[in-house]
Amino acid sequence: MTKGKIKAIVSNLLEIEFYGEVMQNEICFVTLGDKSLMAEVIKIRNQRAYAQLFELSTSLKLNDEVLFSGELLQVDLGPGILSKNFDGLQNDLDAMKGTFIETGQKNVSIDFDAVYTFTPLQEVGALVQAADWLGEVPENWIAHKIMVPFKLKGTYELVKIAPKGDYKVSDEIAQLKGKDGEIVSVTMAQKWPVKWALKSYREKFRPSKIFQTGLRVMDTLNPMAEGGTGYIPGAFGTGKTVLQQAIAKNNQADMVILVACGERANEVVEIFHTFPQLEDLKTGRKLKEKTTIICNTSNMPVAAREASVYVGMTIAEYYRNMGLKVLLLADSTSRWAQALREMSNRMEELPGTDAFPVELPAVIANFYGRAGEVALHNDSRGSVTFLGTVSPAGGNFKEPVTESTAKVARCFYALSQKRADAKRYPAIDPINSYSRYLDYEEFQSETESILGANWIEKVKKMKDLLQRGIEARDQISILGDDSVPLDYHLDFWRSELLDFAIIQQDSFDDIDMNSPLKRQQNMLNLALNICEYTGEFEDFNQVSTFYKKLINTFKQWNYSAFESDEYEKYAQELNATIA
Amino acid sequence: MEIQAFQAIYTEITALTKATCTLKAKGITYDELAWVDGRNAQVIKIEGEMVTLQVFSGTEGIGTAAKVIFAGKPPSLALSPALGGRYFNAFGQAIDGLSQPQGEEVNIKGLTVNPVRRQLPSEMLSTGIAGIDLNNTLVTGQKIPFFADPDQPFNRILAEVALRADSDRIVLGAMGISHDDYIMFRNSFKERGASDKIVSFINTSEDPPLERLLIPDQATATAEYFAYEKKEKVLVLLSDMTLYADALAIVSNKMDQIPSKDAMPGSLYSDLARIYEKAVQFPEGGSITIIAVTTLNDGDITHAIPDNTGYITEGQLYLKRDTDTGLTIIDPFRSLSRLKQNVIGKKTRADHPQLMNALVRLYADASEARSKQENGFDLNDFDVRSLAFAKDYVRELLDVRLNIDSESMLNTGWKLLAKHFKVFELGIKQEFIDKYWPGEKV
Repeated sequence: MTKGKIKAIVSNLLEIEFYGEVMQNEICFVTLGDKSLMAEVIKIRNQRAYAQLFELSTSLKLNDEVLFSGELLQVDLGPGILSKNFDGLQNDLDAMKGTFIETGQKNVSIDFDAVYTFTPLQEVGALVQAADWLGEVPENWIAHKIMVPFKLKGTYELVKIAPKGDYKVSDEIAQLKGKDGEIVSVTMAQKWPVKWALKSYREKFRPSKIFQTGLRVMDTLNPMAEGGTGYIPGAFGTGKTVLQQAIAKNNQADMVILVACGERANEVVEIFHTFPQLEDLKTGRKLKEKTTIICNTSNMPVAAREASVYVGMTIAEYYRNMGLKVLLLADSTSRWAQALREMSNRMEELPGTDAFPVELPAVIANFYGRAGEVALHNDSRGSVTFLGTVSPAGGNFKEPVTESTAKVARCFYALSQKRADAKRYPAIDPINSYSRYLDYEEFQSETESILGANWIEKVKKMKDLLQRGIEARDQISILGDDSVPLDYHLDFWRSELLDFAIIQQDSFDDIDMNSPLKRQQNMLNLALNICEYTGEFEDFNQVSTFYKKLINTFKQWNYSAFESDEYEKYAQELNATIA
Repeated sequence: MEIQAFQAIYTEITALTKATCTLKAKGITYDELAWVDGRNAQVIKIEGEMVTLQVFSGTEGIGTAAKVIFAGKPPSLALSPALGGRYFNAFGQAIDGLSQPQGEEVNIKGLTVNPVRRQLPSEMLSTGIAGIDLNNTLVTGQKIPFFADPDQPFNRILAEVALRADSDRIVLGAMGISHDDYIMFRNSFKERGASDKIVSFINTSEDPPLERLLIPDQATATAEYFAYEKKEKVLVLLSDMTLYADALAIVSNKMDQIPSKDAMPGSLYSDLARIYEKAVQFPEGGSITIIAVTTLNDGDITHAIPDNTGYITEGQLYLKRDTDTGLTIIDPFRSLSRLKQNVIGKKTRADHPQLMNALVRLYADASEARSKQENGFDLNDFDVRSLAFAKDYVRELLDVRLNIDSESMLNTGWKLLAKHFKVFELGIKQEFIDKYWPGEKV
């Protein structure tokens, strides 16, 4: 094991003189009394390693001893990840003692002594390769696959496999024989370096299936795709986090990984408290059972922010390789970029725009590139859908993190300050936001097979109506209510109806917070019918009164349970108005 | 400063800037305190045997042969119940002429609370101000700043909120406030008979700016002691965080660091978050609520300080002068309390969320009507009614001088709606209309 000594300290950047071999991104430990503090090598020059410390550097001094681990930052992958609360370095937060996180305490990731019932899926003699399923164990409601270690290259022969029964995570459940006769022992858990994409699959597809979030402004207007990527930029107070939490609650994924990266602790606490109670719409079980939280809040080590998003992505890829639909949410990727900036700055590197490191766009592109829908070697399909929030400085989208993300993410959900100020939530701007998937032919046909023929046309129609409404509104405010033709008022109020009835959604109302696709289909169809209605109006006051009443009824409709008597009653009432 | 026997004294300073000095020293630990010719200083960089110190009061008049003594420990504070009712400077030294309290010494930077050990903040903190209790309800364990222009009476309102809110302990961290405001805080605490429950750490505009950097840590370490050890409901007041951030920028600049937006250090977000995240609700009952002040430059919230603050805190309260009535109110549009969802409609009456939203939306309609009026357009019937409503809304609810209980706020809200509007203009759930609408249901 390589040793070293601290030669310089500036905040959490350490300069270490080392004696032996050191890798870029190698993990090392600084000895402070009886504790050891974790750090990661981020630059090596002239026998000096520069490392970012994952703790405060208080009380460190010149010549303090450093031990290099010989490993990159890795995660433990195995049963016991689901529904856990980890910190940014995959330490189990619930397993830590005390109210406060003590510096340098020994931590655990997954419980290697936990017992699971293993069922083999292969027989002795089978030829296998990395990521092939050897067997499975039940983990909550998921059949957790025990896979051939990802680090193995080439084909191996299965020479021994445990019969069905109860085993500890650390027990050997199989032996593999390589080409040269070497024997590899396999347990239920394995390690993988977080910065390397897990690529043990056959092929990656272009996303084609709609990923239901229950949010109308997304599903109807700018849908996400399974295996797709999207980002939500917005100034503070525009509702990024509420939106992401709403998606976390209402989606149809098999598993959700929430990465709280450099954000508020109380937001995560809310999830800790509500998710064990909330019902998952997909499985009917508790939401917590399919949710894993990676929590590195803003007061936790800055250097671990970067690690946290990679830990989340690696866990997502691991479950994807079991043939599952995984949703990864990261809030906020800007905090990760800022952590990169802090370190780059301390290392006195030449800065790029706004003092961010020049490689920022490449780092972001690489990360988003890890999402996708894949076919595994056994033809099962799995996906990682990734949605990140961005916190642009001053709410201005012309800044490096937003711009770099725009180049790689396929869906864009712009949170508008104006809408937020007017309390029109979710504050996603319906016109400026986009989903590139709407242009994919395979996505169009898949979506129309669910939501009916001409659906894509209807969505375009809705966007046109919204656009016309904005133009009409501008004209009215310039010329005055009386000086424009009545048609302008009609255009304006049609867009208001679409806004209030479809786009706005009450994420704190048990019913309105989640609209199934079928309901969204009914809503858009009816709303477009209303927009066709011309009626007889004497003046603009009549137009606004007519539409205000319609909007009120539509809202009551939205608050009614789907397909309940009340729901049918309000639908009839709406239809009657325009008959 | 207490010099102990056999302590090494260094006298060879090799570099000096306005805020730092560098010298050769042995066995020095990161973050430890030191004295340079008796002035307080702290280790901010170690490079081989060279140690860089940040001298809090500045280096004017420090010579290359100045005496440097190291304390061997980071800034710390002696914690005990005896802190109650006392006034200290940024170093935790008594400035009220009384003796220095004794107690357990702790590093004022403190440790992070494990997020899974936090309790969901869900106890309402009422203030009697409708701009807060009705529109932006506060919760114990929350952190929220006032965004205010320098000419607004933010410190007076801060003191008023603190005294009205139900708390066991108030910790004041004053950074660069005027001496006049310091006197104002002291007198109003005294007049209201609250002196004993208040602990103050004071750095006024007359004190060296870099000393401010220690104030938030002193205040939050004290708060943590009372909230965690003594299970008290603690309210921390920090004013003015903009001046704190300005001090951060000075240090980073003297350290030759590349500035990011608005000449602020790249670590501004993390620096501010470390302070604000001390707000917590402990499961054992104690809590720390932080109410801060961030002064703005002519209302500009895109500046790095308010911008980063907004991303960290759980909402913000804007002070504003209502143009129509001339009264100071908490702006219902831009203000926000993120934790209000944890209590409104749950701990308060069920109609609270929808009623509050309707009132704010109609107040927005009124401001549109006003701009129509200013541009010389005719007002329609609805515009006229919304303008009349806005006036009542400000006078009977939003005026910060009013002290109203939560239930009355809701009743007044319904009364105003019924006075000026029709049911279909509200978009409120029918069940609430049935229950609370005082007028004719049309």
